[in-house]
Order: sequence, then structure tokens, then C-alpha cells
Amino acid sequence: MSLNVILFFVLALIAAVSSVMMITRRQAVISALFLVINFFALAGIYLLLQAQFIAVVQVIVYAGAIMVLFLFVIMLINTETEEKFLERAKSFKIFAIAIALLVFAEMAYAILHAHPSALLPKISENVSNGTIQSVGKALYTDYVVPFEAAGFLLLSATIGALILAKKKFD
Amino acid sequence: MNVWQLILITLVKIIIIITILLLSVSYLVLFERKISAWAQNRYGPNRVGYWGLLQPFADVFKLLLKEDIVPEAANKFIHSLAPFIALFIAFSTYAVIPFGPQVKIFGEPIKLVVADVNIGVLYVLALTSLGVYGITLAGWSSGSKYSLLGGVRSSAQMISYEVSMGFSIAGVLLTAHSLRPIAIVNAQYGWMWNAILQPIGFITFTVAAFAETNRMPFDLPEAEPELVGGYHTEYSSMKFAGFFLAEYANMIIASAMIVTLYLGGWQIPYIDKLGLSMGLTTILQILAFVVKVGIMLFIFIWVRWTVPRFRYDQLMNLGWKVMFPLSLLNLIWAALLVMIFNL
Repeated sequence: MSLNVILFFVLALIAAVSSVMMITRRQAVISALFLVINFFALAGIYLLLQAQFIAVVQVIVYAGAIMVLFLFVIMLINTETEEKFLERAKSFKIFAIAIALLVFAEMAYAILHAHPSALLPKISENVSNGTIQSVGKALYTDYVVPFEAAGFLLLSATIGALILAKKKFD
Repeated sequence: MNVWQLILITLVKIIIIITILLLSVSYLVLFERKISAWAQNRYGPNRVGYWGLLQPFADVFKLLLKEDIVPEAANKFIHSLAPFIALFIAFSTYAVIPFGPQVKIFGEPIKLVVADVNIGVLYVLALTSLGVYGITLAGWSSGSKYSLLGGVRSSAQMISYEVSMGFSIAGVLLTAHSLRPIAIVNAQYGWMWNAILQPIGFITFTVAAFAETNRMPFDLPEAEPELVGGYHTEYSSMKFAGFFLAEYANMIIASAMIVTLYLGGWQIPYIDKLGLSMGLTTILQILAFVVKVGIMLFIFIWVRWTVPRFRYDQLMNLGWKVMFPLSLLNLIWAALLVMIFNL
């Protein structure tokens, strides 16, 4: 077994275990921390796939910004009322199980029926694909319209959030 | 060079850097106490050793012998984990900062940086964005309202100033055409220092670095008149020392980053024109890096003992309404420089 394969299995194990731990913990802060560990394992897997840019952005954006905001919210809200809400509404559990089964079936179908080559693209052909230079070049030449559209979408979401927050204060 | 040699050389570099960092952190504390004393017309520590030079060791022993108290209401595991997160992040950031040019030892070319990676600057950004976890978790897990307020304040502050920090760095990346710290240093050959080419970016980055390290005008997370000790109110003994060490290590790293990105790194302008021997040039360049970092550290301390603390709304206004537009302006300026002068 090469070093890459060993590293992949170690990282995959960490990712799987941490995601299971995340959904089974009672305390929301601990769950959030397990999610951060999961992000790190994912970033490691991206690095193994030679996608350095995605790996670092995964850490900067998800672990560094979004999860900090999550943690922020979890610390400020009272999680006990949330727990009581779940205990009261037992019927939610049936819906939750149904949706989980549906998503699982969907993913299983997709994985089982996909062509094997689509699952394992040849990464050795072009190693520089994942570097920041090639990602930047692709974003600003071939994919400039979708890129700008995504930027526009984010801008409108920001303005929308601002207006909604301001309404409450005025 | 085979793999084992590479691993051995990297390990040696890591050990050297950690030792130097730990030593300089403890002496930085003495340095700060001395400068604060001069700023306030006092003598400062001068009892332990000549000129107080053994004071750092006395401080460490004092902290080691203190009782380690974990509050009743604390989440024990996270309360112990938080200082380690802060320390780990503070020390691992140093891996990508070059402190000298490539040297030849026993015929082998060795780069004076632990890891010369092509996403070095992004690596630093990623780690600094994680630095907030140590403080936030410390604040939350202590189970005290002062700690929690300090932790929440620090996360809001660090996220706000990360934005202007990122945009200031983007200007540097434009003129250097690379994310590799060594390439950024090489691009600042002669007097082409980024601090001279992009003065606005230099100022916004430095201010953001002050805010990220929670230093004086921005030390709201641990503002002692309002929050007792902020996020580390409930810490004692070596866990408190962990936060203390991390804060000073962060200061050194922020200074080293400012020097690398804006002040030409280890370069001395036109030293290669003087015709000095290779070895002497290298030693002078490493010394130049140390001196530049030292000057930045002095400015950090100087500002702390001169400028009063911001109010919270002033801090947020400065971050979002002044620093952020200024760093955008600098980005446009850097793009113009690249377009007109083909830097």
C-alpha cells in the first residue's frame, strides 16, 4: 500500500467517525467541534487529490469563518429549550427517519449506478489542475459568467440580509 | 537528497525554530515590561539577574508552581483543550515564514524555511482564522460571564479584521505574482519593498495584525476594567501561561508576516553589489530579518503603552467603514501598479 492510500484511509476514518460523533452528541458545542474535525479530514483528502486550493479554502471558509459563526450562535442561544422542543414533538422523528432513508436511497442509487470511471477520475494526468493558478485562470476565462453570476447572487443575499435585519431595528 | 535526509533536515529546522521562538517569547515579555517601565518613568524588573535578565525564568517557575484551578461550572475537557489549540496554532503558523535565503551546508542546498509550499500565504490565513477557536472555546467553557463576553467579543473582532487583512494581502500577491512567501520576498529586491509601493496596504495590514493579535488599541477581549481578564479570567497556572505564550508568539508571527510581506523579508537592499562573500551575506541577511522583526515588535509594544483602548462600536466602525474600504483602495492601486509598470 502506498503512503497516499494509507493517508486516505486514515483521513476517511477520521471524517466518518467525526461525522457520526457530530450527530450523536447532546451538547451542541461539542457537535460543532466534531464538525470542525470533519472539515479538517476533508481538507486532507482534498490535498491527497492534489486540490490544494480547495483544501485551504475549505479550512479558511468552513472551519475558520462559518463554523465560528455557528459556535457564536450556539453559545448565545439557550440550547435547553431546543431539547425540550424535540422531546415534545415526537412526530418529527418519523419525518426525520423518512427523509434520512430517502437521502440514503438516493445516494446509494447514485453510487451504485454511476460508471466506475466517473467515480475515480484520473488525477495523475494533470497534477497542476488543483493549484491556485490554474483554478484562478479557469475562473476568470472559461467560467467567468457563472463566476460573476455567483458573485452577484451572494451580493444580493448580503443586501437582503441587511434589509431584513434593519427592518427589525426600525 | 533522499526522503530520510529531507525528514531529518526538516526536523532539525522545526526544533531550531521552536527553541528560538520559545526563548524569544519569554524575553519578549521582559522586553515589554522594560519598555512599559521606561514609558512610565519606572525601572521595571531589575532584581532577578543582571538588568532583570533572569526574570522570564522566575516567571515560568512561579506559574509552574501555582495550583491549576478548574472552575466548578466549567466544561472540563474543553477548558483544558483551549490553551493547547491557541498554542498549537500560534506555533504552527511559523512553518512557512522564510528567515533567510537559500544556503549551502555540506554541499546541500537548504532553504531557510520549514515548508516552502506554494500556498504559503493562504496557509497563514487559514491558521489565523482558526486562532479564534482557542479564545472562543476558552471563553465558553469557563462557565463565567466575563469569560464568555471576552470570547464572543474576540470572535467578532477577529472575523471583522480578517477581511481587511485578506484584501491587504491580495495587493501583495498581485505585485509578487505568487503565494509562495519566498517568491514574495524575492519580488521585493532592492528598494521595491511593498511598504513603499503600497503604503495604504501596509497600514491596513499592520492595523489588522494588531487586531488579530488582540494587542492594545484592540485588546477588548481581555479589557481588564470591564471584563476582569476576559477569556482567560478562569485560567491559572500553566494553562494561563499557555494563553500568555500564545499571545506573544502571535505577536512575533504577526511581525514576521509584516516583514515578509511588506518590508522585504530578509533582504538588505543591494547587498549583492557590495561583493561580500556568500557566508557573510547570508549571516547579514538573517540578522537583517531578526532586526526588522525586532523593530516591528518594538512598535507593537510602543503602541500598547501609548494609545488608549477603543470602544466596541469604534472598533467595529474602524474595521468595516475605514479599514475595509482602504484595503480595497489599496487593491485597486496595486492592480494599477501592475498594469502600468508591469511589475
